[in-house]
Amino acid sequence: MEGTTLHGRLTWQLGEVVETRTETARARSLTLAVPGWLGHRPGQHVDVRLTADDGYQAERSYSIASPPEERGKVTITVERLDDGEVSPYLVDELKPGDRLELRGPIGGYFVWEAPMGGPLLLVGGGSGIVPLMAMIRHRRAVASIVPTRLLYSARSQEEVIYRDELDQLTRRDGMLEVIYTLTRRQPPGWTGYRRRIDGELLRDVAWPPRDRPRAYICGPTQFVETAASALVSLGFDPAQVKTERFGPTGGG
Amino acid sequence: MMESRLDGNVVGGILGAVFPFEMTSARATCAGCGFTDPIGGFAAYVHGMGTVVRCPSCDTAVIRLAHVRGRYWMDMRGTRILRIGEGQE
Repeated sequence: MEGTTLHGRLTWQLGEVVETRTETARARSLTLAVPGWLGHRPGQHVDVRLTADDGYQAERSYSIASPPEERGKVTITVERLDDGEVSPYLVDELKPGDRLELRGPIGGYFVWEAPMGGPLLLVGGGSGIVPLMAMIRHRRAVASIVPTRLLYSARSQEEVIYRDELDQLTRRDGMLEVIYTLTRRQPPGWTGYRRRIDGELLRDVAWPPRDRPRAYICGPTQFVETAASALVSLGFDPAQVKTERFGPTGGG
Repeated sequence: MMESRLDGNVVGGILGAVFPFEMTSARATCAGCGFTDPIGGFAAYVHGMGTVVRCPSCDTAVIRLAHVRGRYWMDMRGTRILRIGEGQE
Protein backbone atom coordinates (compact mmCIF):
# COMPACT_ATOMS: atom_id res chain seq x y z
CA MET A 1 0.00 0.00 0.00
CA GLU A 2 2.84 2.35 0.80
CA GLY A 3 4.15 4.14 -2.26
CA THR A 4 0.98 4.08 -4.28
CA THR A 5 -1.55 6.79 -3.90
CA LEU A 6 -4.10 5.99 -6.59
CA HIS A 7 -7.25 5.06 -4.72
CA GLY A 8 -10.16 5.98 -6.91
CA ARG A 9 -12.24 8.98 -6.02
CA LEU A 10 -13.54 9.18 -2.48
CA THR A 11 -17.26 8.66 -2.09
CA TRP A 12 -19.63 8.78 0.84
CA GLN A 13 -20.13 5.41 2.52
CA LEU A 14 -22.47 4.27 5.27
CA GLY A 15 -20.95 2.94 8.46
CA GLU A 16 -22.89 1.27 11.26
CA VAL A 17 -22.09 2.10 14.86
CA VAL A 18 -21.10 -1.18 16.51
CA GLU A 19 -19.63 0.14 19.75
CA THR A 20 -19.46 3.35 21.74
CA ARG A 21 -17.17 4.11 24.63
CA THR A 22 -17.21 7.07 26.97
CA GLU A 23 -13.66 8.39 27.23
CA THR A 24 -14.12 11.53 29.33
CA ALA A 25 -17.05 13.75 30.34
CA ARG A 26 -16.86 15.39 26.91
CA ALA A 27 -15.36 12.77 24.62
CA ARG A 28 -16.72 9.55 23.24
CA SER A 29 -15.33 6.94 20.87
CA LEU A 30 -17.53 5.51 18.14
CA THR A 31 -16.56 2.32 16.35
CA LEU A 32 -18.10 1.96 12.91
CA ALA A 33 -18.26 -1.14 10.78
CA VAL A 34 -17.88 -0.03 7.18
CA PRO A 35 -18.58 -2.65 4.51
CA GLY A 36 -15.81 -2.71 1.94
CA TRP A 37 -13.50 -0.50 4.02
CA LEU A 38 -10.09 -0.81 2.38
CA GLY A 39 -8.09 0.08 5.46
CA HIS A 40 -6.32 3.21 6.51
CA ARG A 41 -2.94 4.51 7.64
CA PRO A 42 -2.22 5.79 11.17
CA GLY A 43 -2.82 9.55 11.29
CA GLN A 44 -5.51 9.68 8.61
CA HIS A 45 -8.97 11.13 9.13
CA VAL A 46 -12.49 10.75 7.80
CA ASP A 47 -15.11 13.30 6.89
CA VAL A 48 -18.49 12.74 8.55
CA ARG A 49 -21.69 14.15 7.05
CA LEU A 50 -24.99 14.66 8.83
CA THR A 51 -28.18 15.46 6.90
CA ALA A 52 -31.13 17.12 8.63
CA ASP A 53 -34.75 16.34 7.72
CA ASP A 54 -34.90 19.50 5.61
CA GLY A 55 -31.83 18.47 3.61
CA TYR A 56 -29.36 20.75 5.38
CA GLN A 57 -25.97 19.07 5.54
CA ALA A 58 -22.99 19.59 7.81
CA GLU A 59 -19.58 17.99 7.31
CA ARG A 60 -16.73 17.67 9.79
CA SER A 61 -13.36 15.96 9.80
CA TYR A 62 -12.45 13.51 12.58
CA SER A 63 -9.18 11.69 13.08
CA ILE A 64 -9.20 7.92 13.15
CA ALA A 65 -8.13 6.55 16.54
CA SER A 66 -7.94 2.85 15.68
CA PRO A 67 -4.93 1.16 14.09
CA PRO A 68 -5.12 -0.24 10.55
CA GLU A 69 -4.69 -3.70 12.04
CA GLU A 70 -8.35 -3.64 13.21
CA ARG A 71 -9.71 -4.49 9.81
CA GLY A 72 -13.11 -3.52 8.48
CA LYS A 73 -13.69 -1.09 11.35
CA VAL A 74 -12.91 2.52 12.08
CA THR A 75 -12.98 4.17 15.48
CA ILE A 76 -13.20 7.93 15.81
CA THR A 77 -13.05 9.84 19.09
CA VAL A 78 -15.17 12.97 19.18
CA GLU A 79 -15.05 15.78 21.73
CA ARG A 80 -18.25 17.72 22.32
CA LEU A 81 -18.20 21.40 21.49
CA ASP A 82 -21.29 22.77 23.18
CA ASP A 83 -22.17 25.15 20.37
CA GLY A 84 -21.23 22.66 17.66
CA GLU A 85 -23.61 21.44 14.98
CA VAL A 86 -22.26 17.93 14.71
CA SER A 87 -20.27 16.91 17.77
CA PRO A 88 -23.13 17.04 20.36
CA TYR A 89 -25.06 14.57 18.23
CA LEU A 90 -22.08 12.24 17.84
CA VAL A 91 -21.15 12.39 21.53
CA ASP A 92 -24.61 12.34 23.15
CA GLU A 93 -27.16 10.89 20.74
CA LEU A 94 -25.73 8.32 18.37
CA LYS A 95 -26.15 4.72 19.55
CA PRO A 96 -25.16 1.24 18.38
CA GLY A 97 -27.12 0.22 15.31
CA ASP A 98 -27.34 3.80 14.00
CA ARG A 99 -25.74 4.57 10.68
CA LEU A 100 -23.48 7.42 9.74
CA GLU A 101 -22.23 8.76 6.41
CA LEU A 102 -18.48 8.98 6.10
CA ARG A 103 -15.84 9.60 3.46
CA GLY A 104 -12.27 8.41 3.72
CA PRO A 105 -9.66 7.50 4.64
CA ILE A 106 -8.12 10.91 3.95
CA GLY A 107 -4.55 12.14 4.12
CA GLY A 108 -1.08 10.88 3.35
CA TYR A 109 0.86 13.73 4.86
CA PHE A 110 0.19 13.41 8.58
CA VAL A 111 0.89 9.68 8.62
CA TRP A 112 3.36 7.52 10.50
CA GLU A 113 3.93 3.83 9.86
CA ALA A 114 6.45 1.69 11.72
CA PRO A 115 8.86 1.22 8.76
CA MET A 116 9.33 5.02 8.69
CA GLY A 117 11.24 4.63 11.96
CA GLY A 118 12.12 7.26 14.52
CA PRO A 119 12.81 8.25 17.15
CA LEU A 120 9.29 9.52 17.26
CA LEU A 121 8.04 12.59 19.10
CA LEU A 122 4.27 12.94 19.32
CA VAL A 123 2.88 16.20 20.68
CA GLY A 124 -0.86 16.37 21.33
CA GLY A 125 -3.07 19.10 22.73
CA GLY A 126 -6.54 18.09 23.99
CA SER A 127 -8.32 15.91 21.46
CA GLY A 128 -5.27 16.31 19.22
CA ILE A 129 -4.22 13.05 20.87
CA VAL A 130 -6.56 11.08 18.60
CA PRO A 131 -4.46 10.60 15.42
CA LEU A 132 -1.36 10.16 17.60
CA MET A 133 -3.15 7.33 19.42
CA ALA A 134 -3.70 5.59 16.08
CA MET A 135 0.09 5.73 15.59
CA ILE A 136 0.75 4.42 19.12
CA ARG A 137 -1.79 1.59 18.68
CA HIS A 138 -0.32 0.70 15.30
CA ARG A 139 3.19 0.70 16.78
CA ARG A 140 2.06 -1.79 19.40
CA ALA A 141 0.05 -3.92 16.96
CA VAL A 142 3.14 -4.52 14.83
CA ALA A 143 5.41 -4.87 17.92
CA SER A 144 7.57 -1.95 16.77
CA ILE A 145 10.38 -0.89 19.07
CA VAL A 146 10.82 2.59 17.61
CA PRO A 147 11.63 4.84 20.59
CA THR A 148 8.58 7.00 21.11
CA ARG A 149 7.73 9.91 23.37
CA LEU A 150 4.27 11.36 23.67
CA LEU A 151 3.90 14.83 25.14
CA TYR A 152 0.24 15.27 25.96
CA SER A 153 -1.18 18.61 27.08
CA ALA A 154 -4.58 18.53 28.73
CA ARG A 155 -6.42 20.92 31.01
CA SER A 156 -6.81 18.35 33.80
CA GLN A 157 -6.31 14.67 34.45
CA GLU A 158 -10.05 14.08 34.00
CA GLU A 159 -9.78 15.40 30.46
CA VAL A 160 -6.97 13.05 29.46
CA ILE A 161 -8.37 10.73 26.79
CA TYR A 162 -7.13 7.07 26.76
CA ARG A 163 -5.41 7.51 30.13
CA ASP A 164 -5.78 3.90 31.32
CA GLU A 165 -4.64 2.49 28.00
CA LEU A 166 -1.62 4.79 27.91
CA ASP A 167 -0.72 3.78 31.48
CA GLN A 168 -0.89 0.12 30.56
CA LEU A 169 1.14 0.58 27.41
CA THR A 170 3.96 2.45 29.14
CA ARG A 171 4.14 -0.17 31.90
CA ARG A 172 4.73 -2.91 29.36
CA ASP A 173 6.88 -1.06 26.84
CA GLY A 174 10.19 0.48 27.87
CA MET A 175 10.53 2.27 24.54
CA LEU A 176 7.34 4.29 25.00
CA GLU A 177 7.21 7.27 27.34
CA VAL A 178 4.24 9.49 28.05
CA ILE A 179 4.80 12.94 29.52
CA TYR A 180 1.79 14.98 30.60
CA THR A 181 1.37 18.64 31.17
CA LEU A 182 -1.85 19.55 32.99
CA THR A 183 -2.44 23.19 32.33
CA ARG A 184 -5.46 24.13 34.43
CA ARG A 185 -5.91 21.73 37.32
CA GLN A 186 -3.57 19.13 38.76
CA PRO A 187 -4.32 16.22 41.11
CA PRO A 188 -2.90 16.39 44.66
CA GLY A 189 0.80 15.60 44.73
CA TRP A 190 1.27 16.21 40.99
CA THR A 191 4.96 16.60 40.21
CA GLY A 192 4.68 16.83 36.42
CA TYR A 193 4.45 19.84 34.16
CA ARG A 194 1.63 22.28 34.74
CA ARG A 195 2.04 24.89 32.06
CA ARG A 196 1.28 25.35 28.42
CA ILE A 197 3.82 23.97 26.01
CA ASP A 198 6.76 26.28 25.36
CA GLY A 199 10.29 26.03 23.99
CA GLU A 200 11.86 25.11 27.31
CA LEU A 201 9.39 22.34 27.99
CA LEU A 202 9.94 20.93 24.51
CA ARG A 203 13.71 21.03 24.97
CA ASP A 204 13.33 18.93 28.15
CA VAL A 205 11.17 16.37 26.40
CA ALA A 206 12.25 16.24 22.75
CA TRP A 207 14.83 13.89 21.29
CA PRO A 208 18.09 15.61 20.41
CA PRO A 209 18.00 16.85 16.80
CA ARG A 210 21.16 14.85 15.99
CA ASP A 211 19.05 11.67 16.37
CA ARG A 212 17.03 12.89 13.37
CA PRO A 213 13.65 12.54 15.08
CA ARG A 214 10.30 12.64 13.37
CA ALA A 215 7.69 14.85 15.03
CA TYR A 216 3.90 14.88 14.72
CA ILE A 217 1.96 17.69 16.36
CA CYS A 218 -1.82 17.84 16.56
CA GLY A 219 -4.02 20.25 18.46
CA PRO A 220 -5.62 23.68 18.31
CA THR A 221 -4.02 26.10 15.86
CA GLN A 222 -2.09 28.16 18.42
CA PHE A 223 -0.80 25.07 20.21
CA VAL A 224 0.49 23.62 16.95
CA GLU A 225 2.17 26.86 15.86
CA THR A 226 3.96 27.18 19.21
CA ALA A 227 5.15 23.59 19.25
CA ALA A 228 6.21 23.47 15.60
CA SER A 229 8.22 26.68 15.69
CA ALA A 230 9.85 25.66 18.99
CA LEU A 231 10.96 22.31 17.54
CA VAL A 232 12.39 23.96 14.43
CA SER A 233 14.26 26.45 16.67
CA LEU A 234 15.70 23.51 18.60
CA GLY A 235 17.11 22.18 15.34
CA PHE A 236 14.47 19.73 14.12
CA ASP A 237 14.36 19.30 10.35
CA PRO A 238 11.24 21.26 9.28
CA ALA A 239 10.40 18.55 6.74
CA GLN A 240 10.14 16.06 9.61
CA VAL A 241 7.83 18.19 11.72
CA LYS A 242 4.33 17.30 10.55
CA THR A 243 1.35 19.23 11.85
CA GLU A 244 -2.39 18.92 11.96
CA ARG A 245 -4.28 21.91 13.26
CA PHE A 246 -7.92 21.81 14.14
CA GLY A 247 -10.13 24.80 14.60
CA PRO A 248 -13.76 25.62 15.23
CA THR A 249 -14.70 24.68 11.69
CA GLY A 250 -12.83 21.41 11.70
CA GLY A 251 -14.15 20.04 14.93
CA GLY A 252 -17.63 21.39 15.70
CA MET B 1 -16.85 34.89 12.05
CA MET B 2 -13.35 34.12 13.18
CA GLU B 3 -11.33 32.45 10.52
CA SER B 4 -8.87 29.91 11.70
CA ARG B 5 -5.81 28.62 9.99
CA LEU B 6 -5.82 24.88 9.48
CA ASP B 7 -3.57 22.59 7.45
CA GLY B 8 -4.00 21.43 3.89
CA ASN B 9 -4.97 18.06 5.38
CA VAL B 10 -8.48 19.40 5.81
CA VAL B 11 -9.08 19.61 2.04
CA GLY B 12 -8.03 15.99 1.51
CA GLY B 13 -11.67 14.87 1.53
CA ILE B 14 -13.00 17.29 -1.05
CA LEU B 15 -9.91 17.01 -3.29
CA GLY B 16 -10.16 13.23 -2.96
CA ALA B 17 -13.74 13.40 -4.19
CA VAL B 18 -12.52 15.14 -7.36
CA PHE B 19 -9.15 13.49 -8.05
CA PRO B 20 -8.58 9.71 -7.89
CA PHE B 21 -5.44 10.17 -5.81
CA GLU B 22 -4.49 10.83 -2.21
CA MET B 23 -4.11 14.57 -2.57
CA THR B 24 -2.63 15.82 0.73
CA SER B 25 0.71 14.31 -0.33
CA ALA B 26 0.54 15.75 -3.86
CA ARG B 27 3.16 18.50 -4.15
CA ALA B 28 2.04 21.96 -5.20
CA THR B 29 4.24 24.80 -6.38
CA CYS B 30 3.02 28.27 -5.50
CA ALA B 31 2.63 30.53 -8.54
CA GLY B 32 3.51 33.50 -6.35
CA CYS B 33 6.89 32.53 -4.93
CA GLY B 34 7.77 29.02 -6.10
CA PHE B 35 7.41 27.44 -2.65
CA THR B 36 6.86 23.69 -3.10
CA ASP B 37 5.47 21.29 -0.53
CA PRO B 38 2.84 18.58 -0.11
CA ILE B 39 -0.63 20.16 0.04
CA GLY B 40 -0.93 18.86 3.60
CA GLY B 41 1.80 21.33 4.57
CA PHE B 42 0.02 24.36 3.12
CA ALA B 43 -2.33 26.54 5.16
CA ALA B 44 -6.07 26.17 4.75
CA TYR B 45 -8.89 28.52 5.71
CA VAL B 46 -12.35 26.99 5.87
CA HIS B 47 -15.37 29.24 5.36
CA GLY B 48 -19.02 28.37 5.11
CA MET B 49 -18.77 29.06 1.39
CA GLY B 50 -15.68 27.04 0.66
CA THR B 51 -12.03 26.59 1.41
CA VAL B 52 -8.92 28.50 0.45
CA VAL B 53 -5.52 26.82 0.46
CA ARG B 54 -2.75 29.38 0.90
CA CYS B 55 1.01 29.31 0.51
CA PRO B 56 2.59 29.24 4.01
CA SER B 57 5.49 31.26 2.68
CA CYS B 58 3.90 34.17 0.74
CA ASP B 59 0.15 33.77 1.44
CA THR B 60 -0.87 33.42 -2.23
CA ALA B 61 -4.21 31.60 -2.60
CA VAL B 62 -3.03 28.48 -4.43
CA ILE B 63 -6.41 26.70 -4.53
CA ARG B 64 -9.90 27.99 -3.86
CA LEU B 65 -12.60 25.39 -3.84
CA ALA B 66 -16.28 25.10 -3.14
CA HIS B 67 -18.93 22.41 -3.49
CA VAL B 68 -22.29 23.92 -4.31
CA ARG B 69 -25.39 21.93 -5.25
CA GLY B 70 -23.51 18.99 -6.71
CA ARG B 71 -20.83 20.99 -8.53
CA TYR B 72 -17.20 21.41 -7.56
CA TRP B 73 -15.67 24.81 -8.27
CA MET B 74 -11.90 25.12 -8.25
CA ASP B 75 -9.82 28.20 -8.94
CA MET B 76 -6.20 27.08 -9.21
CA ARG B 77 -4.50 30.05 -10.78
CA GLY B 78 -2.24 30.32 -7.73
CA THR B 79 -0.81 26.85 -8.43
CA ARG B 80 2.01 26.74 -10.94
CA ILE B 81 2.59 22.97 -10.78
CA LEU B 82 0.70 20.15 -9.13
CA ARG B 83 2.72 16.95 -8.94
CA ILE B 84 0.59 13.92 -8.23
CA GLY B 85 1.93 10.42 -8.15
CA GLU B 86 3.41 7.40 -6.57
CA GLY B 87 5.95 7.23 -3.81
CA GLN B 88 5.00 10.58 -2.36
CA GLU B 89 6.27 11.46 1.05
